[in-house]
Amino acid sequence: MIELFLLMLSTVLVENFIFSRFYGICPFLGVSEKPDTALGMGCAVMFVITLSSAVTWPVYHFILEPFGLAYMKTIAFILIIAALVQFIELFLRKFIPALYTALGIYLPLITTNCAVLSSALLNIERGHDFMYSVAFGFSAALGFTMAIVIFAGVRMRLEFADPPKAFRGMPLTLITAALAAMAFAGFSGVKLG
Amino acid sequence: MNTTNILWAFLWFALIGGILGLLLAIAAKIFHVDVDERIPKLTECLPGANCGGCGYAGCSAFAEAIVKGEADCAGCKAAGDDVAAALAEIMGVEPPKTTNRMRAQVMCSGTSDYAKRKYNYEGARDCTAAVKLSGGDKLCANGCMGLGSCVAKCPFGAIRIVGGVAAVDYHLCRGCGVCVAACPKHIIRLIPYDSAHWVGCMSCDKGGVTRANCEVGCIGCRICEKKCPAGAITVKDNLASIDYSKCTGCDACVEACPRKIIWSGKRQSEGGIVITRLNKQTEEA
Repeated sequence: MIELFLLMLSTVLVENFIFSRFYGICPFLGVSEKPDTALGMGCAVMFVITLSSAVTWPVYHFILEPFGLAYMKTIAFILIIAALVQFIELFLRKFIPALYTALGIYLPLITTNCAVLSSALLNIERGHDFMYSVAFGFSAALGFTMAIVIFAGVRMRLEFADPPKAFRGMPLTLITAALAAMAFAGFSGVKLG
Repeated sequence: MNTTNILWAFLWFALIGGILGLLLAIAAKIFHVDVDERIPKLTECLPGANCGGCGYAGCSAFAEAIVKGEADCAGCKAAGDDVAAALAEIMGVEPPKTTNRMRAQVMCSGTSDYAKRKYNYEGARDCTAAVKLSGGDKLCANGCMGLGSCVAKCPFGAIRIVGGVAAVDYHLCRGCGVCVAACPKHIIRLIPYDSAHWVGCMSCDKGGVTRANCEVGCIGCRICEKKCPAGAITVKDNLASIDYSKCTGCDACVEACPRKIIWSGKRQSEGGIVITRLNKQTEEA
């Protein structure tokens, strides 16, 4: 149990998907202008990564591995995650319309996001069992959400700044992201689990 | 790796893909949701600025409300009569007669030349931030600071800062009212689109105080109130205001005002911001 907790903590902080692995940078920069949209994006990512971790693990261990197709896992996961997201979208639209309108625009965006794919692949690479896979996926997404919400808060402050013209917009955003990543590098010395 | 391997991989993936596709097709049937086909049509007719002036979350939410019968076809404040008529046609109802088009007007004439400042503000370029610093840098509590919170919020790009005061280009303004809510000093008002005159001041200070703060503030002298033949002007809290249901646009107040702050919108020309005031130079962006 304590090991599971340590795994989650180290995935959120030490191996933060955005700040130390640089996965999912596209939505991180694209959807981080306001904290509430960032939170919406983060929730959608949490939802999808956790589910895809839970689905890709049995697919790998019960279908791909027994039939000697393990080398095809990347393509298989892309296929499965895309179908899964599509299915979730249909399901939400019918039964939870409120959640659909809240997550609706973000769900297709993260279908082929590298953060989603890499969490599925890392689970296999590290030999996590099912429980660990789901925990890893969830905490990876939690780290993503934390990073994007913190960053949206920083960007909101930047709106009022009056930087030189050359730095306005994306350059300043990238510099800020680099500073945030450097701050998170402080966690990398911590060895957990 | 030999050919058999590739063939097996191909077959397995074709199978997985086929099953997933089939599942999705079944799911699409089971989870099918009927969407009213009028909603996308209505949304297409709307301006698409998602300004929220109608009271709904955005243009598509407003279209949904029309279909549900909650909203009226004339409810879009940013659109003119033609859009309201197009909406009514899709819904199959009588086109509404008029949408009462409004436009926003910044009720301040105190450009940097006329209004005095109490300090030099060099903080964040945002009115809400500036107003927290003892009510902004202008001596007049109701003066436009010209830091452009309304400019940033305007979904139609209709506001510009001219001479330190925000000015609305009424060729672009659609009257959605987003700037009215954005202004921390509450000095932007929605007035009827064709209204001829407006009082370019929101100062409620006594005449002497206003006079000390700004060269172009309303001192509440009541001359316009007396001169108005239609009785459309009333002076309350040392500030004149025009009742647009009575105003005939006769220009009597414009000529009578000793402070020259009753503006005339009659002399509007095509394109750009051209706002005029008697005996003062035309200010152009």
